[in-house]
Amino acid sequence: MPILRLTVFFTALLVASLAHAALEIEISGGSAQQVPVVIVPFFQTGTSADNISNIIAADLKRSGLFRVLEIGGVSSRPADISQIKYAEWLALQAQAMAVGKVETLPGNRLNVTFQLADVLKQTQLTGMQYNIAPNQLRTAAHKIADVIYQKLTGETGNFASHIAYITKANGRYALQVSDADGENPLTMVSSKEPIISPAWSPDGNKIAYVSFEKKKPIIFVQSLSGQRSVLASFKGNNSAPAWSPDGTKLAIVLTYAANSQVYTINADGTNLKQLIKSGAIDTEPTWSPDANWIYFSSDRGGRPQIYKVSSAGGEVQRVTFEGTYNLSPRLSPDGKSLAMIRNDGGKFRVALQDLTSGQVQVLSDGAQDESPSFAPNGRMILYATRTGEHGALAAVSADGRVKQHLNEAGGDMREPAWGPLIK
Amino acid sequence: MNNPTWNTKLLSTLVLALLLAACKSMPMVDKPAAVEDKSLSAQAVTKPAEAVSADTSVVKEVVVDGNATTSANNPLKDPNNILSKRHVYFDFDSDAVKAEFRPMVEAHAKYLSENRSAKVILQGNTDERGTREYNLSLGQRRSVSVKKSLNLLGVQDAQIETVSFGEEKATGACADEACSKQNRRVDVVYENE
Repeated sequence: MPILRLTVFFTALLVASLAHAALEIEISGGSAQQVPVVIVPFFQTGTSADNISNIIAADLKRSGLFRVLEIGGVSSRPADISQIKYAEWLALQAQAMAVGKVETLPGNRLNVTFQLADVLKQTQLTGMQYNIAPNQLRTAAHKIADVIYQKLTGETGNFASHIAYITKANGRYALQVSDADGENPLTMVSSKEPIISPAWSPDGNKIAYVSFEKKKPIIFVQSLSGQRSVLASFKGNNSAPAWSPDGTKLAIVLTYAANSQVYTINADGTNLKQLIKSGAIDTEPTWSPDANWIYFSSDRGGRPQIYKVSSAGGEVQRVTFEGTYNLSPRLSPDGKSLAMIRNDGGKFRVALQDLTSGQVQVLSDGAQDESPSFAPNGRMILYATRTGEHGALAAVSADGRVKQHLNEAGGDMREPAWGPLIK
Repeated sequence: MNNPTWNTKLLSTLVLALLLAACKSMPMVDKPAAVEDKSLSAQAVTKPAEAVSADTSVVKEVVVDGNATTSANNPLKDPNNILSKRHVYFDFDSDAVKAEFRPMVEAHAKYLSENRSAKVILQGNTDERGTREYNLSLGQRRSVSVKKSLNLLGVQDAQIETVSFGEEKATGACADEACSKQNRRVDVVYENE
């Protein structure tokens, strides 16, 4: 089928030329907490496309938790911990320094080694070695950044993960997947009709999403390698897919001939069950990390608010009480807080509710912010915002201190979903 | 952001595309690298061996464009026939079918009653305010409202499907009510159109 292949060719070209994401980083507050680090440029042989040290440094800076120090005043460039002359580096007052190298191996493989040193104690904190294909260099860099992040903050990092989002350009919608830093954008599916609500499977290998290609919303599940199947194409709307934490089931929303209602269905499309019955709109289901609860939005009380119900069904409990409009619930990975979209005096913004105290903090500052999605470690919340007439992606830390913007020149991005860590 | 690696990335995308074009039968999936995680010093072992998998460089794109069918001498397509009118507009936050759309709804009810094999899809729409999934549900409410009108005029459920596009077909970034009003509507679409 040469025509199909040509289509793939030209679309790939289009994606590469139009959808290259550019990252604009804006960090506010929290500077007193930043860990000073040195990333010595890795010794790199051959003509590799990506500079691994720059990727690591950019990841750490973007988190807002690190200050990557300028090293122009030091002339040596150690590639191994044994080559570090600590006296040269003391004046920079770095807490830690990373050294490493990328070597080309026979058979088109790369060997990446990395070590992290405590500059004051002059000891090794950790070290890693990766034997990879050349196209995995960026992922290796993100994994190294995660190791540094974990070692120095005590928390799991987010850098080696993917995000999914929808773009609209030239009248076409596309579901794209990129690295968490917006690099390597690749198109999973494209269509003339809208695509919404992408949701990562917990193993990070599949995405469920809603496509309108058949004149109505139908839920598809597609693997990153391209296998695509219909999960739900029942009468009426099929939308709002949400994976259970173990990946065996999804909560979905169907309408048949009436209002939106929440169902559960096995990941293979069998065993459809209605979770709750109401005459109102029930939609946007999401699972608690312990799988015991399904949170959802509903206008059963007149105005849209967030409720929860046992994932086995039963009595519904209201969760949000502040404000007249709360939608799009998302639980933090530790299950302790709830991100949502709140109508804050006519502006739709990301808010975070502490589920123990009930306190709510508005985190974003846009007018039409949507689709909150937690990073795997819960520290950042990715969401959709608008800059001018264009949709863009942004992220805010759960404490509201760090803000990032991900803009695509001339394009329209929306519906972000942060995937799990790459294993 | 200036990206010095952009050209290389474009090149690698092109190479990937060419590979896709050239070798259909060749499996494209590079097996996840078996990553050796050797500790560089005895006390430095922090993690068991891990693999760099879920490699998005093998993501394959699926293109899903359908073909619309058209036919001549079709009353549904005749611009002089009321059946060519397909939009029912709604007031803000309302799913009530207004009197001005009564003749059009009646015409479609008559057509469906006389053509029992004909099937209609009622597509509800909303303006942009609110979240996408919630607006999908609101649009659904409007399509159900039009369906109930058709039911009252004798059309059977089997001929009607109610769906919603929510805000997906809304004119982008409406600045005023006149614009938003165009987005709060139900579109009447016949099967195979």
